[in-house]
Amino acid sequence: MIFKIEDVTVYFPYENIYPEQYEYMVELKRALDAKGHCLLEMPTGTGKTIALLSLITSYRLSRPDSPIKLVYCTRTVHEMEKTLAELKVLHDYQVSQLGAQAKILAIGLSSRKNLCVNPKVLAAENRDSVDAACRKRTASWVRTLAAENKNVELCDYFENHDKAAENALLPPGVYTLEDLRMFGKNRGWCPYFLARHMVQFANVIVYSYQYLLDPKVAGIISKELQKESVVVFDEAHNIDNVCIEALSVSVRRVTLEGANRNLNKIRQEIDRFKATDAGRLRAEYNRLVEGLALRGDLSGTDQWLANPALPHDILKEAVPGNIRRAEHFVHVLRRLLQYLGGRLDTENVEKESPVNFVSSLNSQAGIEQKTLKFCYDRLHSLMLTLEITDTDEFLPIQTVCDFATLVGTYARGFSIIIEPYDERMPHIPDPILQLSCHDASLAIKPVFDRFQSVVITSGTLSPIDLYPRLLSFNPVVSRSFKMSMTRDCICPMVLTRGSDQLPVSTKFDMRSDPGVVRNYGKFLVEMVSIVPDGVVCFFVSYSYMDGIIATWSETGILKEIMQQKLVFIETQDVVETTLALDNYRRACDRGRGAVFFSVARGKVAEGIDFDRHYGRLVVMFGVPFQYTLSKILLARLEYLRDTFQIKEGDFLTFDALRQAAQCVGRVIRSKADYGMMIFADKRYSRHDKRSKLPGWILSHLRDAHLNLSTDMAIHIAREFLRKMAQPYDKAGTMGKKTLLTQEDLEKMAETGVQDMVY
Amino acid sequence: MAGLQLEKRVKYKSSVKDPGTPGILRLREVMLLFVPEDPKSDSKLKVQTQNIKSQKSTKEGSNKPPWLNLTNKQGRSHIFEFENYQDMHACREFIAKALAKCEEEPKKLAVSTSAEQLSIADLELRFKLLRENSELQRLHKQFVESKVLTEDEFWATRKKLLGKDSIRKSKQQVGLKSMMVSGIKPSTDGRTNRVTFNLTPEIIFQIFAEKPAVRQAFINYVPSKMTEKDFWTKYFRAEYLYSTKNTAVAAAEAAEDEELAVFLKPDEILARETRQKIRRVDPTLDMEADQGDDYTHLMDHGIQRDGTSDIVEPHNDQFKRSLVQDLNRHAAVVLEGRSIDVESEDTRTVAEALMRVKQVSKADSEANQERLERISRVAGMEDLQAPQNFPLALLSIKDPRDYFESQQGNILNEPRGGGGLKRNIHEAYELLKASILEIKTEGLCDPLIKPEVALEVFSSLTRTISTAKNIIGKNPRESFLDRLPKPTKDQVLHHWTSIQELLRHFWSSYPITTTYLHTKVGKLKDAMSNTYSQLEAMKESVQSDLRHQVSLLVRPMQQALDAAFQHYEADLQRRTTKSVGGGGGERPNGYV
Repeated sequence: MIFKIEDVTVYFPYENIYPEQYEYMVELKRALDAKGHCLLEMPTGTGKTIALLSLITSYRLSRPDSPIKLVYCTRTVHEMEKTLAELKVLHDYQVSQLGAQAKILAIGLSSRKNLCVNPKVLAAENRDSVDAACRKRTASWVRTLAAENKNVELCDYFENHDKAAENALLPPGVYTLEDLRMFGKNRGWCPYFLARHMVQFANVIVYSYQYLLDPKVAGIISKELQKESVVVFDEAHNIDNVCIEALSVSVRRVTLEGANRNLNKIRQEIDRFKATDAGRLRAEYNRLVEGLALRGDLSGTDQWLANPALPHDILKEAVPGNIRRAEHFVHVLRRLLQYLGGRLDTENVEKESPVNFVSSLNSQAGIEQKTLKFCYDRLHSLMLTLEITDTDEFLPIQTVCDFATLVGTYARGFSIIIEPYDERMPHIPDPILQLSCHDASLAIKPVFDRFQSVVITSGTLSPIDLYPRLLSFNPVVSRSFKMSMTRDCICPMVLTRGSDQLPVSTKFDMRSDPGVVRNYGKFLVEMVSIVPDGVVCFFVSYSYMDGIIATWSETGILKEIMQQKLVFIETQDVVETTLALDNYRRACDRGRGAVFFSVARGKVAEGIDFDRHYGRLVVMFGVPFQYTLSKILLARLEYLRDTFQIKEGDFLTFDALRQAAQCVGRVIRSKADYGMMIFADKRYSRHDKRSKLPGWILSHLRDAHLNLSTDMAIHIAREFLRKMAQPYDKAGTMGKKTLLTQEDLEKMAETGVQDMVY
Repeated sequence: MAGLQLEKRVKYKSSVKDPGTPGILRLREVMLLFVPEDPKSDSKLKVQTQNIKSQKSTKEGSNKPPWLNLTNKQGRSHIFEFENYQDMHACREFIAKALAKCEEEPKKLAVSTSAEQLSIADLELRFKLLRENSELQRLHKQFVESKVLTEDEFWATRKKLLGKDSIRKSKQQVGLKSMMVSGIKPSTDGRTNRVTFNLTPEIIFQIFAEKPAVRQAFINYVPSKMTEKDFWTKYFRAEYLYSTKNTAVAAAEAAEDEELAVFLKPDEILARETRQKIRRVDPTLDMEADQGDDYTHLMDHGIQRDGTSDIVEPHNDQFKRSLVQDLNRHAAVVLEGRSIDVESEDTRTVAEALMRVKQVSKADSEANQERLERISRVAGMEDLQAPQNFPLALLSIKDPRDYFESQQGNILNEPRGGGGLKRNIHEAYELLKASILEIKTEGLCDPLIKPEVALEVFSSLTRTISTAKNIIGKNPRESFLDRLPKPTKDQVLHHWTSIQELLRHFWSSYPITTTYLHTKVGKLKDAMSNTYSQLEAMKESVQSDLRHQVSLLVRPMQQALDAAFQHYEADLQRRTTKSVGGGGGERPNGYV
């Protein structure tokens, strides 16, 4: 359908539109007009992504003189694929309506691991070794060497791409990772470098958060994006966590050992170069004297993760004299490692501010703050000079240098915590020194400063006023949308008691109570026998899930469940989890039905949809609180209290409930879909917990459903499923329209949006 | 094995009570022959191996005589009493082998279907259908018995009627039980520490399917290195070690016993399969790709110990396997279902068959295609799209009567021209009035027309009009057909069905590619022209007042036949010209 929002003609690829999608577009357009940032919460299952994509692409079409670029950030690669699939639908529609002028170039960007087509490189096991295997074939010095020596192996795909040089362009279209690989294979061009090259020409770029938020990656990938870009963070409810993680580093014993080995290797290389090619080291020294830590014109293949500190914090100064010579730098690093090793030997938990840490480092190891700051750049320069390609083996020393640079750069918003062992496993000594960032606004600040519009959107951003504080920005638009329901297609319930009327909870003192475990099990057995197709269960943690599954297996509850449905379980191994999910979907497709056990805050909860028959019921067993005794969490809470006056309890509840809402929210994808959400813990019946749930769930949570026992929940579920099986009018009944057609929109344009039918 | 033959002296019994006829049983690969000693006896028996469904035999050691009971596919059983158990076992094995061989080539058998090979059950079913459906019987009589159609041709178009039963016959493949293999609990005798496991072929199948390493080990070790019993004892020993969760003991035992170690080590075949499968996984849930893109969690980057991430227990212990992994593996195998058809008791055959199945993996491109389709299906939002199912009327002509009813409107309209119904009635009244006036005036003037005749015309006219009105106004259901005399009506209906049958065969024979079809079409054409003339005759024979309507009914039939004749002629002509022109060589199949 084609309609107008003020002066923009919007091309929307479907025949109908939800009223909230329309409103969402209106708000988004205002933010774009104002060239400001915005914060939009809209329930899952209302087509956020497509609304966003069609408005922004249409906006671009309506302003041909100042074309905006869309940078769309997703949490995960699979969400990226989904977004690109939706964009494909949209693009096809726009081209069919407008012809060639609507053509855009949209690419998904990922790591070498996901884009490489060279079978020899792909044979490497993990991401880092793929990166290293690629460098071994594409680094500039390797290629120079290959010109002389025919035995040096190069990558044909890269060579072809390099030969085509400026002509290596992608024709307009929407390219998923698979499409890029196919294109690369057919042309014989390297898809990774092609995609990297196309970033500056593409109209839409879809990649993961960290390509923009993590300075290590953003420094090389997103450096050249123009200001006239709209940046979208989708599923952004966890964005604060991503931000603080991007700036956090820790050091363990193994890290130090690895770093020592790396230094030995570097030392050997230096000696070798001194003997054979001393000029090279001298040239590096001279360059450093001139103040160039890194040449600006590095070829793409020589680049590697950028400075971990944020761009505006990196000093534009010359590298300090005491680390200009390679040997001196190695000495400094040795001293640093020694000092860190000494600190790890502690018997007690220590908490320190970066300032204190730096000063004690200075007094005990004689390393100045400025020297620390330059560690990363100095190491990078040295490794390039020494022509080291197997970067994956040098990760430990890189980690240490990252740590040094960060600790030398930031005095505020960080703390250093040294723990001799994990609180939960005090018998296993595992000392760790962590530099943890508490201030989420640090990492995202450059993004807000650099781009004209940043859109932060998700299904759960409640309470919506908290996010601007956490990220410290001023949105021009900040809105939370309700969901207009054609019928009551979601059914949230709170289960507080088992069939024996005893309370159920995962509260610490109750979670190992056999009665609770049994009640949870019996409840699930009853549910799987009445709910068709897919059932998803979320637990508060892996260890809790493992324990409860073991108990269920011993008591025969698992067997009873398996009589009804197949059981698939998320594990910490992503490969296995992916296969389990794939099988789960297959089981649902075949009508056999299945149960998926998963973990709140796990990888599955983060971005896998359980829409339609893939999920008719989600059960959240317990409240997914963070581990409150964690030192890092405590430090962060303290910081939040001091800086933003956010109470600890409030933040913890907010965090737990946004995770819970995120888990259960995956169950619907459109208004034609339906599903039940069960919060199985007595604590959900308390108002202070419950009220933190997003409004669209709360509005469906009836008072009668707040305090249920197993049998009552079963009864309600039966009734609900029966009701949902009836035919209904999709367009909405009784005067409230939940599906708008072209005519409705035109009528609305005449009378004004105020008459929005809700 | 071909040419092998086995001869045993047996007694043949047609039932359990039968005292039996002594004779010689000759076994060959394709069939089984019983020749009675007494040449006058009529119990000579010939059974084709492929017709044997199953065999049962009495257990050795029971005090029953050694009987072998063969059940054929029609459910009849033949019992042979052997002289001793050795003979019986020899025969049993022979038949088992022949049966297995038979099943390997089911395709070959399916192709050669001729009337003789029709099983009795099929014939019975056909008779039953004919008995139940008189219309069908009449058609059958008319065409099959007059040799217009062969029996097979006649039934070929009615596969659905026969098919219902065949679906019931093809047994659905039985899936796997949802019980876990690890759920097999041993039984103890209560006195000693000994435990006993009861392994059924089903359990063994499941173990092999879930644990390819065990399967491989079985093929490698049994029977060359150890007996089957020892193998399973070792296996359960390993399982026991797992269940104790004492990895140190497991490691120690594995170090001592390399065969035991096979069970305790992580499954390499499984790991290989996993690597293969992960490449074909739906990209919208590929979390592995995700990990490959995550540079925030480079070694020691990101937040390690804030309690959000769980404690990762040291996983480098190779003798540890979690329940969760087992559950996932089990569910995956159950989902895959029984991929092989071997119903064998022999463990080794099962193991080998499973291995073969695993080696044949699905073509990558096909899987890829399926994957992409799935994504595009998921991408759209279904309820925002315009409704996809356009209103369409199903074409299904079940009863010829429906057709006539739909023609009814035409019959009424046509004589009056294309105008609306109301006007027609008015016109009729006008005409009637005029004619009455005319008759009145002319009758007065012209004595040649008798008043009786005029009255006759008048009355018949009024009757027609009143009935027409009746049809339109009161009872739309009552069609013209119902007003025909019963014999005529039946005749019309019968003609209609037989024409349908003939036409169906006629059109399905084109393009004519074989001489067989050629003769068939010729026969059909003759039968059709026969029917055509019958229709003509019927038209002539009906009462004059009905003739017009009958001819309207018959017209579409005749048109359909005409079209068929026309096609036949045209085709014939083309053929002759082609063959005259010298192009009558071999034509590619399907080309006319």
